[in-house]
Amino acid sequence: MPVAVELRNLRKRYDGGHVDAVDGVDLATEEGEYLVLLGPSGCGKTTLLRTVAGLEHPTAGEVVIDGAVVNGLPPRVRKVAMVFQSYALYPHKSVLANIVFPLKAEKLDRAEREKKARWAADLLGIEELLDRKPRQLSGGERQRVALARAMVRDPQVFLLDEPLSNLDAKLRAIARDELKRFQERVGTTTIYVTHDQAEAMGLGDRIAVMDRGQVRQLGPPVDVYDDPADTFVARFIGSPPMNLVKRGGTLVGFRPEHLMPAEHVQGEKVPLQFEVDRVEYLSGDRHVYGTVTGLGEDTRVIARLPSMMVGEVTEGSHEFAVSADRVRFFDEDSGLRTDPVRLGATGG
Amino acid sequence: MTQARVRLADREGFLAWIFLTPTVVYVVALVAIPFGLAIAFAFSDVTAGDPSYDWVGLRNFERVFDDPVFWRSLWNTLIFTGISMFFIVVFGKVLANILVADFRGKWVVRFLVLLSWTTPVALSSVSWLWLLHSIYSPVDWVFRELGFIETNTYWLGRPNLAMASVIAVHVWRLVPLAAVIMMVGLLSIPTDLNEAAKIDGAGYWRRMFEITIPLTFPLIAVSALFGAIFTFTDMAVVYILTRGGPTNSTQVLASWSFLRGIGGGDIGQGAVIALFLFPLLLAAAVLILRAVRRVETI
Repeated sequence: MPVAVELRNLRKRYDGGHVDAVDGVDLATEEGEYLVLLGPSGCGKTTLLRTVAGLEHPTAGEVVIDGAVVNGLPPRVRKVAMVFQSYALYPHKSVLANIVFPLKAEKLDRAEREKKARWAADLLGIEELLDRKPRQLSGGERQRVALARAMVRDPQVFLLDEPLSNLDAKLRAIARDELKRFQERVGTTTIYVTHDQAEAMGLGDRIAVMDRGQVRQLGPPVDVYDDPADTFVARFIGSPPMNLVKRGGTLVGFRPEHLMPAEHVQGEKVPLQFEVDRVEYLSGDRHVYGTVTGLGEDTRVIARLPSMMVGEVTEGSHEFAVSADRVRFFDEDSGLRTDPVRLGATGG
Repeated sequence: MTQARVRLADREGFLAWIFLTPTVVYVVALVAIPFGLAIAFAFSDVTAGDPSYDWVGLRNFERVFDDPVFWRSLWNTLIFTGISMFFIVVFGKVLANILVADFRGKWVVRFLVLLSWTTPVALSSVSWLWLLHSIYSPVDWVFRELGFIETNTYWLGRPNLAMASVIAVHVWRLVPLAAVIMMVGLLSIPTDLNEAAKIDGAGYWRRMFEITIPLTFPLIAVSALFGAIFTFTDMAVVYILTRGGPTNSTQVLASWSFLRGIGGGDIGQGAVIALFLFPLLLAAAVLILRAVRRVETI
């Protein structure tokens, strides 16, 4: 079976633009997977998605959907469905008319249309809303209508453009869970664009981290988090982000939760002095701000300590350590991962 | 510390009156009083030569109704308004779509298009008088050179052609206004909606009829009603082009009222004729206000 979507050396420069919004991206989805495009605003992720949809035309490269190059073809023949950030429901049409709209465009007969729309509505639990107008719906209900409208077309791929960003924080968690379960049920390949790493980590089978039009790293959430390919990914993912300490021409990186009081670190460890100057109490966690010395240049870092495990941390100098297998190394100039450097680790 | 004081500018009730007064004075002086006068004159024997007011009951109405020119004018007014409104909306819609599209030199086109609306109606009517002149018409000249016609057309000299000419000038001068109103409607549609419809498989015409037109319907209605009102109440185009001729075949209520009341000096009859403009204007105003309310609720 061919992959749903494949991008070959895709490039997009907007008219009058000076940089490539998408700068040579090679990417292929795996059958039925949830692929998340993650990056800061302006990194080209939405442009990439719109290019797949056919709303933008690539400057160079190929978009392949279901085994066929679709460059230059209009959106309607691409067998894609898209859920917009605003959901883009047709405000003058009822929910049913919204869901039926793509089928009408496909010239399906009336009975068939109705049947399919009701099936989709049933699957998403919105049968009661069919006669309502979009303005009478809550944010979560609108999302479900948008999904129903997307799925009736039996698309090769779902394209979701930050569908959760218009919801309030409480609803977002529920809607995220709904999205994931929905996709598992229908099993359609999905490309999901977001700038929110929690969404990306929670939803994605794989995450493509993008910056300035390029894919910096592509892999499962665990890999992207534990083994960032470069300093951009290391800094972008994780909250607070990875600590990076300069040592010669190398940056030594470790996650805040791996910087702990020395006595709590098992096995081979890298000891360091931690000059604590501020402690933030967050629910369940303690964020400890301070300066590490003895590893490389003195650098401000953050440690994240579970308050259950570790007792009170006071201001002043402490013996801290990082487990040796948790330390990552990056080249200072290129930012890319490099071979480990001896740090004078001591056995536990 | 300086003493905190309520200034005049803080008293909103007072400000409201200050800002509203000019409008109220304007409307009362130029709309309400003339309207009241028209009703009063309609039941009087006031003429240009004898302005003393004497109540004559419905005599003016009877005389006006007995005159076939009045009925011809009423009919012409409705025909001109109906046909012009149709073309104004259709051409305005097409023009609006052109004006929102992206192309080189867009501002020049927008500027040129709006010229016909911004030109005073008397001036543009005079230009049209020349364009359609029975002897010197450049339009005829072009058609003659192209071999479409042998002799002059006499645009304004034959009843049907004269009616068509009046309608054409109305359409020409009001299409830009309608286009600008509808353009605002088009620009207010979120781009997401059109993109969603594209992805949903809708082609150009389906998007036009199922998304664009329903969503801009209130503004289409407003532009249609504006077109209707401006055609319905206008006398300048008819007066300058044909004076209502030939043989009253292009006479409309506004021009007939003017010719009777001012030209002929019979203020009473002129007022009666003018009053017939009122019911349709009232209906149009109600419809416009409704359409505006619909815009607000979408």
